[in-house]
This record gives sequence, C-alpha cells and structure tokens, in this order.
Amino acid sequence: MISRLLNLISVVFGVLVLTFLLIHLVPGDPVEVMLGDSASVTDREALREQLGLNKPLLVQFGTYLNNLAHGDLGQSIHTKTPVIDLFKTRYPASIKLAFLSLIIGIVIGVPLGVYAALKAGHWQDLVVTIISVRLSAMPVFWLGPMLMLVFAVWLGWLPVSGMDEPTSIILPALTLGFGLSAILTRMTRTSLLEVLNDDFIRTARAKGLSETRVIVRHALRAALLPIVTIVGLQMGSLLAGTVITETIFSWDGIGRLLVESIEKRDYPVTQACVLAVALSYVVINLFTDVVYRLVDPRVRHAQAR
Amino acid sequence: MKIFSLTVLGFWLLAVIAGRLLDLHGNDVDLNSVLANPSWQHWFGADDLGRDILARVLRGAEVSFIVAVVVAIVTMTIGVTVGLLAGFYGGKIDKILMQITDIFLAFPGILLAIAFAAVLGPGIINLMLALCLTGWVSYARLTRGQAMSLRQRQHVLAAESIGAKPLRIMLRHIFPLLSSILIVEATYSLASIMIAEASLSFLGLGIQAPNASWGAMLRDAVRYMLVAPHYVLIVGVSLMSLILAINLGGDYLRDKLDIASSINEK
Repeated sequence: MISRLLNLISVVFGVLVLTFLLIHLVPGDPVEVMLGDSASVTDREALREQLGLNKPLLVQFGTYLNNLAHGDLGQSIHTKTPVIDLFKTRYPASIKLAFLSLIIGIVIGVPLGVYAALKAGHWQDLVVTIISVRLSAMPVFWLGPMLMLVFAVWLGWLPVSGMDEPTSIILPALTLGFGLSAILTRMTRTSLLEVLNDDFIRTARAKGLSETRVIVRHALRAALLPIVTIVGLQMGSLLAGTVITETIFSWDGIGRLLVESIEKRDYPVTQACVLAVALSYVVINLFTDVVYRLVDPRVRHAQAR
Repeated sequence: MKIFSLTVLGFWLLAVIAGRLLDLHGNDVDLNSVLANPSWQHWFGADDLGRDILARVLRGAEVSFIVAVVVAIVTMTIGVTVGLLAGFYGGKIDKILMQITDIFLAFPGILLAIAFAAVLGPGIINLMLALCLTGWVSYARLTRGQAMSLRQRQHVLAAESIGAKPLRIMLRHIFPLLSSILIVEATYSLASIMIAEASLSFLGLGIQAPNASWGAMLRDAVRYMLVAPHYVLIVGVSLMSLILAINLGGDYLRDKLDIASSINEK
C-alpha cells in the first residue's frame, strides 16, 4: 500500500507539472493566441501580468501550486469567472452522468454476460457475443446521435439535448452505458465460463443448491475479480467518452467545459479541466484498488501477512 | 465474414476513387438546396450549406483513410523500434523505455490526444501529430513482449553465437516473426485511428472547415437532426460500415494467421 501511495503521489505530481506546462507548450505567444491580433499592447501586458507569464518558470510553478493549494484554479480570461465557481455546477453534472452510465453498464452487461455464459455454444450466446463485440467497437459520437435520432427525433420519447428536464440525462447515460455494458458482457461471459468448470461449482451443485444460488453466490462471486479490473480500466475511456457525450447532448459538465474552453482558447479553464479529469482518473484507479481488496479476500490476506 | 469485409472495403475504395475521378465538388455552397432531402441531383441530400452530402462523405472517407494509414505507419515504426530495443537489450534500456510507455498508458489515449490537439491548435497535421504521439505505445508494448520471448529462441541464440550484430538479429531474425501479429494489430488500429480522428474532428480539433471529415459532418448533422434526419443517418451508417468491415477483416486475419485472441481483448 505504501509503494502504491508513493506511486500515486508521483503520478499526481506528474499531472500537475504537465497541466502547468500546457500553457507554455502553446506554439507562439499564448497571450497573443488568446487575445487575437486586435488586442492592444496594454491589454496584452495586463493579461501577461495576471497570468504571471513574465516571471521565471520556477516562480510561476510555485505560484501555481500555491494557488491550487488555496483552491484557486485561476479564472476564465473571457468571463473573468473564477474556474472554481464553474466547477461547482459542472463537476457534479459530470459525476452524475458518469455514475448513472456506470450503473447502466453494470445492470445491462453483467446479466447479459451471465446469460451468454449459461447458454454457451447456443445461438443465444452467439447473438449476445456478436452484438456486444460490435457495439463496443462503435464510438460514442456514433452511438449518441443514433440514439438521439431514434428515441428523440423519431419516437419523441425523450428530450433531444440540454439538461432542463429530469429525463434529459437518460440518452447521454445510455450512450456511455451501452459501450461499457458491451465490454462487461464479454468479460463476464469469459470470466464466468472459466469458473463454471471448477471443482467448487461441482461441489455446490452436488450438495443440492439451487442453480440460481450456485451461479449468483458461488460462480459469479469468484468471477467478479476480472470484471472489477475491467470496470476500473474502462473508467479512463468512460471519462474520455464523457467529454464527447456531453458535447453531443449539450450536457453542461466538465467535458463540455473543456471543449468550449479549447474552442475559445481560454487556456486557464482548459488547464483546470485537464487537471480535474486527470485527477479524477487517478482517484478512480485508487478506488478500483480498494474495491479489489473488498472483492478478493486473497489480496486482503496477502497484504496482512 | 471475409466476403462482407472485403466487399465493404472494396466498395468504399472504389467509391472514393470514383469520387475523385468524377471530380465531385464537396465544398460548393448552394443555398437553394440547404438541407435538401435525397434526390436525383443530390443522392444523399445536401447539408446545412447546400453542399452535396455524397461528395462530402466520399471526401471524408478519403481523409479518414489517409490519416489512418499515415498514423498507423508512423506509430508502428516508432512503437516497433522502441519495443525491439527494450525487448532485445532488456536491463536499463528496457526499464527506461517501459517507464516512458507507462506514463503514456496511464491516461486514455484519446484524452491525451485531445490535450495535445488543444495545445497544438486544430488542423490535419497537428491532428496526425497528436495521434502519433499517443498511438505508438500499444505497438511498443506488444513488440517488447514478443521480442523478449523470441530473444530466447534457438535461432536467435545461434545467430548471436556466430557473431551477428544486434541490429541484424533484430531486423533479420526477430522482426520477421513479429510480422503476422503486427499485421493484425495494424488492421485493428486502422479502425481505432479512424475513430480517434473522427472524435477529434467531432470536437472541432481535427480537420477544419470547409474540408469534409466524418467527425465534423456528424457534429453538423446532430445540430440539424430535427430538420434533416437523413444527414445524421447517412454519415452514421457510413462510419459504422467502414469500422465494422475493418474490424471483421482484423478478425479474419487473426484467425487466418492463427494469433491468440489476446489482441482483441483490449
């Protein structure tokens, strides 16, 4: 756990350095890029002063860290709003979306995977596998518009985009959740099939347990470990998918903020968004590790020894 | 599987070439046919500026192909070089190179590409640069693992014992054995690069207006979905057919070349 923590700290530090350098990697003069050609010399100097770009690099980095420690993520150069205020509404929106799609992914993916594993070799298995393999290959920016076309435009069941109605979250969450569920279906199927031939399953059946109990309590529990790992690994692409999905459905989260800030060349906001996404990723990975311990007693005991 | 994949790929290739030969004008603005439905004049209808969707889909396919092939070649070259060096020499070189790939792997590729593209500014060259910067890692990982085990093969040891130079061993004795696994990986990566290119273009970070790209078209199509649903449908089906065909082709090659399914399980 100690080495894991040290590793985490070094990753966080790396993320901080990278996001700090982001603005310095911009080809040419970032102030000029942000303000455009028409800006006056005084405006430029003022912005340079405000961003501290006229100081030595190390001093800038120190200021950056110090500000971060005080919860100051800088401010938007266009609206002058502190980024932290933007985050207060944007971040929860993203979390809500990601969380719901995770649940959708699990609720659809795991049962389908179990079903496919139980029907292994039959046509039902083939259908489920083919659909899940092909679905997971399709990008969210394809799935999103397609779902929107069918459920919002043709059927008119759900709002097209925005976040005004409580049902607005359904389509974006489905978009993200389907991809995840496809991967989970495949993983659950493979992992369960491996376990189903084990001795302890035969024992469980031999002592007369109901089939449901054998599958849910015995087999699925043992098969859960690789599934948790995959969910953890997939969170990265889920985060990236969030950026695109939020843009498609005009969902005002961090991802859309990131894209908007890139379009407007609002570098302080971009910087803060990249930092937020990267840190979320790190935290999710840590969280996966913890869940791992809860699911697999072997990992727990190996640590205790 | 093979027939479907080859038919679809062949169809797209022919269509793109035909589009070039017929000199379709995908960038011609015609305000009389804004968001027009499919007709004889515009087979697939017209977009929000009255441009012919068919011509733009074909031009978008062309751009997609080119970007995918260029990026695949560049990333493969970098990745295989890094992987061979790490796998062959082992020790410190391996450690340093793998530390670098680990840092890249720590973040989802597309997110890194978004960050790079954001910093470099939009445009097709920067887009390819961003995809190359993030894409080589998987090749490096794959090659390293293979090279490490191939390094212990008898023919490699034999070559070494008669004094063959490391470069010769890597290129003549290890690399040829990697080729089939690399061909399969490259096929799959064509699809993932196309998706990445379209994602970035969708976000406005890739190919810039007025040039056509499927990502940017999809973005426009979403905007006009209520008025012209055929637009989003056409671009969506095009994208799906191409990705599906490439992935099925990859599956076919994998089975044909008899490579363990580990590659597909990403």
